[in-house]
Parts: sequence; C-alpha cells; structure tokens
Amino acid sequence: MSDSPAALETAHNPQLRHHFSDMEQQTQASTFGMWLFLATEIMFFGGMFLAYLVYRYWYYDEFAAGSRSIDIWLGTINTAVLICSSLTVALGVKAAQLGKQKLLVFLLSLTMLFGLAFLAIKGLEWYDKYEEHHVPGYSFSAADLIEKYPQLHIDPRPEQIYFSLYFAMTGLHALHMIVGLGIFSFLLYKAIRGTYGPDYHTPVEIGGLYWHFVDIVWIYLFPLLYLIDRKPLR
Amino acid sequence: MSEHVVSNKLYVGIWASLMVLTVVTASVAFIDLGPFNTVVALVIATLKALLVVLFFMHVKYTSEKMTKAVIVAAIFWLLLLMVLSLADYGTRGGRVSAQVRAPAVMRFVG
Amino acid sequence: MATVAVPVERDNYINHEYGMRSWLLTTDHKRIALLYLASITFFFFIGGFFALLIRLELLTPAGDLVLSDTYNKLFSMHGQVMIFFFLVPSIPAVLGNFLVPLMVGAKDLAFPRINLLSWYLYIIAGAIYLHCIIVGGVDTGWTFYTPFSTAFSNTKVIEAGIAIFIAGFSSILTGLNFVVTIHRMRAPGLTWSRLPLFIWAHYATSIIMLLGTPVLAITLLLVVFERAFNLGIFDPTRGGDPLLFQHLFWFYSHPAVYIMILPSMGVITEIVACFSRKRIFGYSFVAASSIGIAVLGFLVWAHHMFVAGISLYSALIFSILSYLVAVPSAIKVFNWTATMYKGSITFSTPMLYAMGFIGLFTMGGLTGLFLACLGIDVHVTDTYFVVAHFHYIMVGGAVMGYLGGIHFWWPKISGRLYPEIWGKIAAVTVFLGFNLTFFPQFILGYLGMPRRYWQYPPEFQVLNVFSTAGSTILAVGYVLPMVYLIWSLRYGKPAPDNPWAAAGLEWTTQSPPTTFNFDETPVVTQEAYDYEHIPAPPLEVAL
Repeated sequence: MSDSPAALETAHNPQLRHHFSDMEQQTQASTFGMWLFLATEIMFFGGMFLAYLVYRYWYYDEFAAGSRSIDIWLGTINTAVLICSSLTVALGVKAAQLGKQKLLVFLLSLTMLFGLAFLAIKGLEWYDKYEEHHVPGYSFSAADLIEKYPQLHIDPRPEQIYFSLYFAMTGLHALHMIVGLGIFSFLLYKAIRGTYGPDYHTPVEIGGLYWHFVDIVWIYLFPLLYLIDRKPLR
Repeated sequence: MSEHVVSNKLYVGIWASLMVLTVVTASVAFIDLGPFNTVVALVIATLKALLVVLFFMHVKYTSEKMTKAVIVAAIFWLLLLMVLSLADYGTRGGRVSAQVRAPAVMRFVG
Repeated sequence: MATVAVPVERDNYINHEYGMRSWLLTTDHKRIALLYLASITFFFFIGGFFALLIRLELLTPAGDLVLSDTYNKLFSMHGQVMIFFFLVPSIPAVLGNFLVPLMVGAKDLAFPRINLLSWYLYIIAGAIYLHCIIVGGVDTGWTFYTPFSTAFSNTKVIEAGIAIFIAGFSSILTGLNFVVTIHRMRAPGLTWSRLPLFIWAHYATSIIMLLGTPVLAITLLLVVFERAFNLGIFDPTRGGDPLLFQHLFWFYSHPAVYIMILPSMGVITEIVACFSRKRIFGYSFVAASSIGIAVLGFLVWAHHMFVAGISLYSALIFSILSYLVAVPSAIKVFNWTATMYKGSITFSTPMLYAMGFIGLFTMGGLTGLFLACLGIDVHVTDTYFVVAHFHYIMVGGAVMGYLGGIHFWWPKISGRLYPEIWGKIAAVTVFLGFNLTFFPQFILGYLGMPRRYWQYPPEFQVLNVFSTAGSTILAVGYVLPMVYLIWSLRYGKPAPDNPWAAAGLEWTTQSPPTTFNFDETPVVTQEAYDYEHIPAPPLEVAL
C-alpha cells in the first residue's frame, strides 16, 4: 500500500475505516461478517425446526388438523408479498450500484411497505387464531377441530403443541421482520441523504442479504405450517 | 470494484419463477400424493430458496469461496443437529401415540 | 538497567487518552480486553463465593448451613456464573481480543464497534443475572432441565434464561469478529501455516461459538416462552418431550466445553514453545486437531443423556463418537510433551501453569473416557465422579491456562513485570489446592456420593473435609495474583518489549502497545515459533 492510484483513491473515500487497508478489504470483511451472522440465524431457527420435526413425527394427525385450521390463502398471499419484497430489495441494491439515488429510495420504501403488509396479514391470522381459541394456554380448546375432522385421530393435549410451534416460529419470524424494518428505516434515511453510491453501498447489500434470509425462512415455514395435510378427507 | 450487475430481466424472471412455484406448491397440496406431498413441498421450497440465494443474494456471481463455504457449513451443521437427534427419536420404538402420558394433575406454577 | 528513575512513559493505548468516556466508548480491542478482564474477574469472585458456600455446607453430612432450596440455588448459580459469565468469555474476550489483531499484524479486529457491543451485551446480561441472584436466584441446576424449569420451579428462571440468552449473543459476536479478522486481516506473508497456534485455537473456538450458541439461544427462548405463555412444548402431560430440551441444550453445551478449553490449549502451546526454546512439535497436527476438536465436539452431545431415556442405539452411537473426540485432544498432549523433550526449559510462572495444565487436563480427559463408556457411566453419572472430571478440565485445565496466559502476556498488556517469586508461589498454591479439592471427589463419586445433594451419608465426610480444605487453599491461590498483579501496575518493574524473548508479532510491538499496534504493517517471512534463531533472554528477566 504505497503510491498506487488505488491507494490514493481509497485515501479519499470517506467511508474507509482506519483499521482496514482499503475499501475492498472493508467490503469483503463486511459481507463475510453478514454471511457468518446468517449462518448463526440458520442454527437459531434450526433448533425450532428440530422441535417441529420431532412433534410432527409423533403427532401427525394433530399437526394435520392444526395446519388445516390456518388460512392457506392468507399464507400464500404473504409468501407472494415477501417474494415481491425480495425483488424490490435486489433491484434496490442494483440501483445503489448504479448510483440511482431516487430509484434506491423508492425501492427501499416499497420494500418496507411490503414488509408492513406482511406483518399486517400475519396479525390478522393471529387474531383469527385468538378468536378460535387456538392460542396455547388456559383458553386453548381443540374441540372444534376434533369435531370438524373426525377422520383424523386428534388428541387435544398435543394439539396444543402444533399451535405452540406455530406461534413460536411465526412470532420469531415476525420479530426478525420487524428488525429488518428497523434496518431498512436506517438504510432509507441514509439513502435519502445520498450516502450510497457506486463507491459505497455495502450497508444496502448486507441489509439486503438479511432481508432475503428472512424471506427464505418464510419460504420453508409456509409449506411446513400451512401445507401439512390439505388433501380431501374421505 | 469489480461487481457483477444483474440485468433487470433476470431479476424479474426469478421473481416470476418464485411466484409460479408458490402457486404450484399451494395447489399441489390439495392433491393426494400420499407421503410425497411432503417431499414435493420441501423440494419446491428448496428450489425457491436456491433461486433467492443464487440470484437475489448474488451467490452465483461471487468470487468469494468463503461465502459458499459458510452456507454449506451452516446447512451441514443444521443437518447434523437433526440427523443425530433423529438417531434417538427414530430408534426409541413403541407406538407413537404412546408418547402422551396419562394426564397427571399438573399445576402450572408461574 | 536503570533501577532508580521511572523511565519516561511512551505513548501507549492506556495513556493515550484519559477519562471514563474514552474507556466506555472505546473501540480499541486492547481496551475492550481490559474492560472484559475487570468484568469477568468480578463474576469469577461471585461464582467462587457460591462455591465456597457449597463446600462449607458439605463439611458436614447434615444439611445444617443452608436450606435445601438454597443449596439448589447455590450449585445452579455457581455453574451458570462460572460457565456463562467467566469461562466462556475468559480467554477469548480477554486474551483473544487483546492478542488476535497483534498476532496477525492488524491494527484492530475487523469490527471494532461490534466488539464494544459484545462487551455491552455481556454487561447487560451480567446485570440482569445479578438482579436475578438478588431477587431469589435460580434452582434448576445450571442445565435448566424441563419440565422442572418450565412448570415446577418457583425461582427466577425467566430472568436467568434471558440473561444467558443475551450473554450468548456477546459470545457469537466475538466469534464472528475473530473469524473475519483471521481470514481477512492477516499481514502480508502471514499464511495460514505461519499463524501462531493460539490463533488456530481461537479460530476453532469461534466456529463453535458461531454454530453452537444460537441453538442455546433458541432453547432458552423456548423455555422462557413456555414458562411465560404456558406453551407445553416440553410438558409431558401435553405430549411434550423433556428430552427434546436436553437434545437442544446439550447440542450447544457440549461444544461449549470445547469453547472453554480450546483457547486454553492455544495459550499452553505458546507458553510451552517459548519456555522450551523450541518450535512446537507437529505444528500441522496441533492446528488440525484444534479444528478436529471443534467439529467432533458437535457429534457427542447425547453422552450427557445416557441414562435420561434416549434409545440404546443412539447411546451406542454417541458413546463411540465420544471416544473419537478424545483423539485430537490426546494428540495435543503428545505434541506439548514432545516439544518439551530436549528443550531448554525455564520454570517460569507461565510454564508452571502450563505444566500443571498438561497433567491435570490429561487426568480430566482420561476420566472423560471412563464416562464415555456406557457401562461405567450408568454407575458414576450424576455422582461426584462427573463433578471431579469436569472440574479437572475446567479448573485444572482452562483456568490454569487462563492464569498462565495472563502472566505470560502481562508485560505486554500492562508494561510491567509481575513479581516472579509470588507468581511461582501462587501457581504452586493453585496446583496443590486444586488437587486437594477435586481428587477426593473422584473417589467420592466412585463410592456413590451423588452430585447436587445437600446432605450425604456420614461415611463420605472425611473426603468432603479434604475437599473443602483444598478449596480454601485454592481460593488463596486465586486471590494472590489479584493482589500482586494490581500491585505491579504501580510498583512492578517496567517491562521490556519482549521480556521472554518470545516469537510472535505481538512481541515486536512496544510494551504496552500503542493504540494502533504497529507503526508499519509487518511483513512475515518466518515460520511461527522460530526459536532456533531467537536468542534466549538473560536469566535475570525470568526470575
């Protein structure tokens, strides 16, 4: 690192932090760090997926009934909403790469709108569960499911476990969405101020990685929670 | 900085594929495929995840070996957790429904 | 050597800036290391206080010092404080934070602000846990087993769970920082095969921190949710499986013990090479065995559950895997011993700790093999045999490695020499006190004394009295360094830049280092441990 043109150029980049030797090292380190963090998130959700696996294996009928009791169309719409948000995120990163500030601001805002829509629909679904007495705890009742699906052998006690996992998994996912919205608010604020451009857009990139990851978690939650058993019952 | 810029057409194409796959997976759920319902659902989910990882998250275009190593390691570790746990659950024997014990009187202590 | 005038102090990371804000808002990895040093020492004494109360109660067979419920709280909180607030952070957060950038020739870790965040998360977690102790504590055992913790315990399980959850993220962020730093910020010429083995050890540790801790986080979160919202995931009367909790818990908590021992092994490697004046024997084997321990350590967790109700077939699998994991650890012991063979040994304080480590870790490790054997485990599980086994590794191993490392790098960290004679006295006191405390516990366990019991049959009293006597000696051995290390900050001899004539980039900086470590990025051309080309230090320094 001496008098090369690259060194002179990076010496002027105000975003270079002093302990890195150049922007390339800084960008690579940041991206690597985010991927490592996503790996920890895979293990974090993975613990719950194990719990899900074990209990679905043990209580298939109860899980089937629980799965039928949640609204498949709201779930499908929510999946579509997140996919759209991933598109806007990807396009947003590209806008930053190309220095299109207005487009970036628009796309970040759109992404956040999609995120809010997802949370709103999720809230609706949760409210439905609350009304139907499917929230685990003292007021839980599986009587309606036992009545509705006589073909399934439903024991009311482990039926609660499906709903416990439903709320735990979708709840934690929603929490990650909310954190994502917080991150994107910060990105939006910085984007409006013109911080991001072709020379520096790493936060947008790694914020995008986080958002895509939350999308992927939902991509798995959807079939595992909503599509366990939808075939016509004899 | 040498960064690959993906075309808008490709992004929209991936988006369209994801939407189609979503509709497919929801629809197939209503068809009775026996045990294959679960397999199909998970295969489709994995396909969707791959599309997001490779294209939206740029893993297809990155020259960073460590990115791919991290992803593979994380998936491998998750499988480790599941497979070795299943070594216990899968070999316990006994009827599955016998897992629920008779209702003991259990007061929940807050 | 000038002995009268205090030399003019050079600008270094300690005197560079003054004031609370410059410490509490620092991003300098060396200052953060000192912040951690103070914090974990505080928690060490809290955990140690609980231990002393336990040993006092166990002086007599009757339960006459504390109530049984209180005793349950004592051993639970002793374990949680020592593991989560002392051992897990200890070497990585103190010595790792200080030395990793120096050893790779970097100005700081990859993410200095995240490093500071990591410390604040630790402090928040510690504060919550302290509050938990004050308002009643937790009595579930350090392991939080369900359904006792979720449905029956009347103690502050939720608070303790949240505190440890937060501490887990402190750990994850430290590991993340190390991995990125080691991958991306090595000085020119510092290839992977030239890295100090301390770095390899911390790299392996970081892998475990990153991949294991999140599972603990979700497990504790589920326990908290179950308690708070009456969920039923671990409740047998609603079809839940208490063993699911154990699988999830031990998936982290077994690799966690490797988080606690691997950094210590890294320290020992550095010390043994330096005080044998020899390059480490079998460098690549030691490096590979660190990674091997990290990976294999994830495959053995259910050996904590042999009698809990897992299937016999999975017990067999986990038993075989547990034998396997001993192999890389044994490789290290052979390598350290081979390094010392025909070396030029100096019995300095760090070397005394290292030699103690090698002996005690070997004993702890071998007794682990006893426990891996299903037939033996049935008899000695949940007895004092297990307690002795893990204390040999955690205390005889990890803590002695930590103390050895503190002494070895003290001149670099503080710019002062500690009084060598007191160092040696403390090391010997710790070694003797430790053995008197824990060796009788092997016998007690073998004879059948259960762990976590507040009372015991009278025939076990003599051995318990030995153990308690040992613990008081051990306590003295721990207090001594606190006293003389603090004393040395003011009155110790100023340290030269490389008092031990040790190899390693950290010794090429001044003692203490400047804020940005190196004036010029070093270029590495030698293999690590190039002791053939480094002349030994003058004798007076080692005394």
